[in-house]
Amino acid sequence: MKKKNNSAYRIISTVILIILAFLFLFPLYWIVTGAFKTGQDINSVTPVFIPTEWTLNNFTKLFAKRSAPLFRIFGAAGPSAPAAIRWLINTVFMSVMAMILTCITASMAGYALAKKRFNGRVFMFSLIICAMALPKQVILIPLLKEMSALKLYDTLWAVIFPTVGWPFGVFLMKQFSEGIPGEILEATRIDGASEFKTFTTVVVPMIKPGIGALAIFTFINSWNDYFMQLIMLASGEFFTIPLGIATLQAETSVDLGLLMAGAALASVPIIIVFLIFQKYFTQGITMGAVKG
Amino acid sequence: MKKILAFLLAAVMVLSLAACGGGASSAPAASTPAASTPQAPAEGGSSAAASEITLWTYPIGDWGKEDAVKALTDAFTAETGIAVKVEYLAYADGDDKVNAAITAGNAPDLVMEGPERLVANWGANGYMVDLSDMLDATDKGEINEAVLSACINAAGECYEYPLVMTAHCMAINLAAFKEAGADGLLDLENHTWTTEDFITAVERLNAQYGDVAAVYCAGQGGDQGTRALVNNLYGGTFTDAAHSKYTWDDPKNVKALEQLASMDGINFDASLAGGDEIALFYQGILKMAFCWNIAQQLNPNAADTGAGLTMNGEEIVFMGFPSEDGKPKLQGGIWGFGVFDNGDEGRIEAAKQFIKYMCDSEHTVDAVKTANYFPVRSAAEGTDLSTIWADNEIMNEYQVLMPYLGDYYQVTTGWAGARTEWWNMLQKVGEGADVATVVAEYAANANAAAG
Amino acid sequence: MSRALQRRENIAGYLFMLPSLIFFAGFVIIPMFICILTSLTDANMHDKAMLGNFIGLKNFVELWQDADFLEALRNTFLIVIVSVPAVCAFSLWVGSAIYKMHSAALSAFRCIFYLPVVTGSVAVTVVWKWMYNNYYGIFNYVLKGVGVIDKNINWLGDSKYALWCIILILFTTSVGQPIVLYVSALGNVDQTLVEAAEVDGATDMQAFWRVKWPQMMPTTLYILVITTINSFQCFALIQLLTSGGSGTNTVMYYIYYTAFKLTEQSGHFGYANAMGVILAIFIGALSALQFKLAEEK
Repeated sequence: MKKKNNSAYRIISTVILIILAFLFLFPLYWIVTGAFKTGQDINSVTPVFIPTEWTLNNFTKLFAKRSAPLFRIFGAAGPSAPAAIRWLINTVFMSVMAMILTCITASMAGYALAKKRFNGRVFMFSLIICAMALPKQVILIPLLKEMSALKLYDTLWAVIFPTVGWPFGVFLMKQFSEGIPGEILEATRIDGASEFKTFTTVVVPMIKPGIGALAIFTFINSWNDYFMQLIMLASGEFFTIPLGIATLQAETSVDLGLLMAGAALASVPIIIVFLIFQKYFTQGITMGAVKG
Repeated sequence: MKKILAFLLAAVMVLSLAACGGGASSAPAASTPAASTPQAPAEGGSSAAASEITLWTYPIGDWGKEDAVKALTDAFTAETGIAVKVEYLAYADGDDKVNAAITAGNAPDLVMEGPERLVANWGANGYMVDLSDMLDATDKGEINEAVLSACINAAGECYEYPLVMTAHCMAINLAAFKEAGADGLLDLENHTWTTEDFITAVERLNAQYGDVAAVYCAGQGGDQGTRALVNNLYGGTFTDAAHSKYTWDDPKNVKALEQLASMDGINFDASLAGGDEIALFYQGILKMAFCWNIAQQLNPNAADTGAGLTMNGEEIVFMGFPSEDGKPKLQGGIWGFGVFDNGDEGRIEAAKQFIKYMCDSEHTVDAVKTANYFPVRSAAEGTDLSTIWADNEIMNEYQVLMPYLGDYYQVTTGWAGARTEWWNMLQKVGEGADVATVVAEYAANANAAAG
Repeated sequence: MSRALQRRENIAGYLFMLPSLIFFAGFVIIPMFICILTSLTDANMHDKAMLGNFIGLKNFVELWQDADFLEALRNTFLIVIVSVPAVCAFSLWVGSAIYKMHSAALSAFRCIFYLPVVTGSVAVTVVWKWMYNNYYGIFNYVLKGVGVIDKNINWLGDSKYALWCIILILFTTSVGQPIVLYVSALGNVDQTLVEAAEVDGATDMQAFWRVKWPQMMPTTLYILVITTINSFQCFALIQLLTSGGSGTNTVMYYIYYTAFKLTEQSGHFGYANAMGVILAIFIGALSALQFKLAEEK
C-alpha cells in the first residue's frame, strides 16, 4: 500500500517538475527564438512558438542602431564597430576583473578570518555579516560622489570595485577555510614556511573548489549587476550589455525583435560560461554551505 | 586539477582579449575635462574653444537616431574642428542619467530638450549657462515670441536656445474608424472634432474592437497628451494664465476625468507611458493615440515603415483633441539646446559655437529637418526658414493645427513635481478612486510643492 | 596565547585581510558612514559640498510622515516575507523530488532551475514585460483561452497584481541556488539514521521531518540568508517593469527616485540617505537574527 502511494506520488511530482522545468525554460526559449523571428511573428497577438521564418534582421538592426569604437587604449579610439559588440567586450572585461580581484582578496581574508586568531576578528566578521545583505541602493549617493572624486565615474572600475568590496565572497571563503585542519598549518609552520608561503602552497590547493565556485558566482553576479552599471556608466561607449539592452528597451519599447536579439546577446554568453563550469559551481557552493 | 588549469587559462585569455578593449576605459574618463585630445589648448587660453564636447539628446524626431545625428555633427566637426560626442537618452530614464551625471560633476556640455527641463528645472537650479548673450535684436525678431518667452526666465536669463516647435495632437486609425462606422464624426478637413463626436466614436469603436484608447499613466513620458485630452474635453485649464499655480482641480477637468473613466474602451493604464501607447497604436491594437505630433505622423513609432501608416499599413489621421466647440487648445512642444556649466570656459565656448551652427546659420535647415518639426524662427542668418517644409504635403497639412497652439504652461514653478502628481493621480482615477477627491488632493500637492 | 604569538597572529591576520579590507572599507564602509552622516543633514544636489547643514533627525521625522515611503517600506517587507519562505519551501520540495534521480536528470533539473539567475534581470524582464502585457501578453492570451478570465488583466498596471508579478519574477530568479544546496544536503543525510527510523516503522513523511530535516538545518539557515540578500536585489525588476508605479515602490527604488528623478524633491540626498539608514538598520537586524539562530543550532 505504502509503496503504491509512493510511486504514484513519484509520478505526479515528476510530471509537475517537468511542467515547471518548461516554464522556467520558457523565457530563455522566447529570447533565443525571438531574436530570430520576423516582426510579424514576434508582434503577433497569437503567440508564435516556432518562428515561421528565421531571420538575422533583428541583429542587423541592433548592430546598426548604435556604434562605438571597438576599443580605446590610452584615449586613442579603435575602429568603429557596432556598440553591442563593444558592450559585450566591456562586460567580459568587467566581469573577469571583478572575478579575479574578488577571488584573490576574498580567499586571503576568508583564510585569515577562519584560521588566524587576531584581535578584532569577531568584530570584523560581524561587520561583514551585517554588510552582506546591504543593497547597493543604500550607499548609492556617497558611492557616486566617491567615484567622481576618484575620477572613476563613467569607467568600468566604478562598477568593478564595489563588486569586489561586497563581502559575500569573504564570508564564503571563510566557510571553506574552516575545513582546513589546523595540524597541517602547524606542521608547515614548524617546517619554517612563511605565512604567505603557507597560504599559497597549503591553503589555496585545499580551498580550490571554493575559489572556483566563488569565481563563477562573482562572474555571473557582476555580469548581471544592472544597478551599479546604471548609476556609474554614462557614455554609450562604456556601457555593459545589460545596461545597453535596458537603454534600448527604454527607447524602443515596441521593437520586440530587436530587444530579444539584445537580450540573447546579453544572456547567451553567460549561460554558456555557466554550463561549462556548472559542475565546479555546484560542487563549490554546496561544500561551502554544508560546512557552515 | 587539469580542468581548473584550463579554466584559469581561459580566464587569462579572455582577460587579455578584453584588456585591450575595456582595459583602457579608465583613460578617457580621467581626461574628460577640457584637454581630452592632444591638440586641445588645455588650460591655456580660457576663451579658446575646446576640441571636444559632449551632447546628450532626448529622442526628438530623428535627433534620437545615430546616423542622422552623426551626419549633422560630422559636418559641424568638419567646419569647426570641434568633435562632438553624442549620447542618446530615453524619456524613461534620461532625467535620472542627467541628474546622476550632475551629481558626479560630469554633466554633458550640451543637452537637447524643452524649456520645462532646461529652464524650469536645471536652469532654475543653477546648473546651466545663461545664453542671453547669444540673442541679439535680429534673433529676437526672428524667433517666435511665445517660444522665446518660454526659454527665458523672469530674470531675463536664457537657458535654452530654441530650435524647433510643434503642437502636440492626437491620432486616429482611419481604417478602424471606417470599419466601425465612426469616420463620419471626424472633420477630416480641419482635423478637429467635438467632445460629443469623440464619445460616440469611442462607443462605436468599443462595440467593434473592445480596446479603443489608453489614458496611459506609467510615468511622465508623453503626459502632455493626457493633460491636453482632459483639459480640452470640457474646457478646463491646467495652470492659471500667470503660470503661478495649478488649476487642474477645475470642475471641468473633474467632469472630463469622470467621463473618461466611465467610458468602455478607454483604459486608464498604469503599465504604459506615452511611448508604449504610440507603439500599441502603431501595432493597430489601440485605435487612437493621445501622444502624437508631426514627427510621429511623418515616421510613426520611428519605425521607418512609411509616413502616416500603422504597422499593418492602415492610414493614420492626426486630429486635434476633442472639445465642446470643436476648437482645441493644443499643447506646444519646444525643443532646443542648453549648456551645462562645467566651469570650463573653453567647453562653454565650443558648446555655444555648436548652438550657433545648429540654430542660427545656413545649417539650421538640416538641424530642423532632422527633428521633423517646425522651425521656431522665420530666418537664420539670411536663410529663409518659413518654406523649408513647402515640398512636404503632410507638414503643410499639419499647419492647420498650428493656429490652435495654446498656452505653454510647462514653465510654471514646480513643474517637475506637478507632472508627477498628475500621472499618479491618473493611476488613482484608473483604480476607481473618487475623481473629485483625488483630483483635489493631487492638485493641492502640486501647488504645495510649487510653494 | 603568548603575547609574541598573539602579535604574530595579529600582523598575519591583518595582512591577509588588507587587500579585502581596502575594497570593503573603501566602497562599502566609508560610503555607509557618509550615508549615516548625511542622513542628519539637508545635503542636496544643488550644493557642491558633500555635507549639508546639520538638521538633526528632521529627515527621519519627515520620512515617518511620508506616505510614499511608508508604502515602500511595507512593500519591501512584503517582498521579503513572501519570497523567502516561498523560495525555501519550493526549493526544498524540488530538491527532495530530484535528489534521488539519475545523475543526468538531476543535473538537467538543477541547471534549468538555475538558468533564470544566470540569464540576468535585464534579459529576463524583456520577456516578462511582454508576457504580462495587457494587450498582447501571453498570460492574458492563455488565461482567456482556457476561460479563467473574460477580460484582459492589466498585470503590471494594476496595484492588485503588480507587486505579485514582481515577486513571481524574483521567485524564479531566486530558487536556483537553494535547490542546488538542498539536493546536496539531502544527499549528505546520514542514511543509517533514516534506515533506523524506517525499521521503527516511520512513514516517509515522518522520516523526512524527524530525521532529515534537523540534519539540514545549517543548509536551511544558509539558504534563508542568501534568499534574503536576493530579495533586496529586486531594483532592476521594478525600475524596468513599473518604475515604482502601481503599488510596487520599494525603499530601494524610492532612494534612487528621490536622488535622481526629476521632481521638486529630486536631489534631496540627505532625505534619500535617511531612507538608506532605515533600510540598513532593518537589514542589519534581520541578518543578526538569522546568524543568532544559526549559532544556536
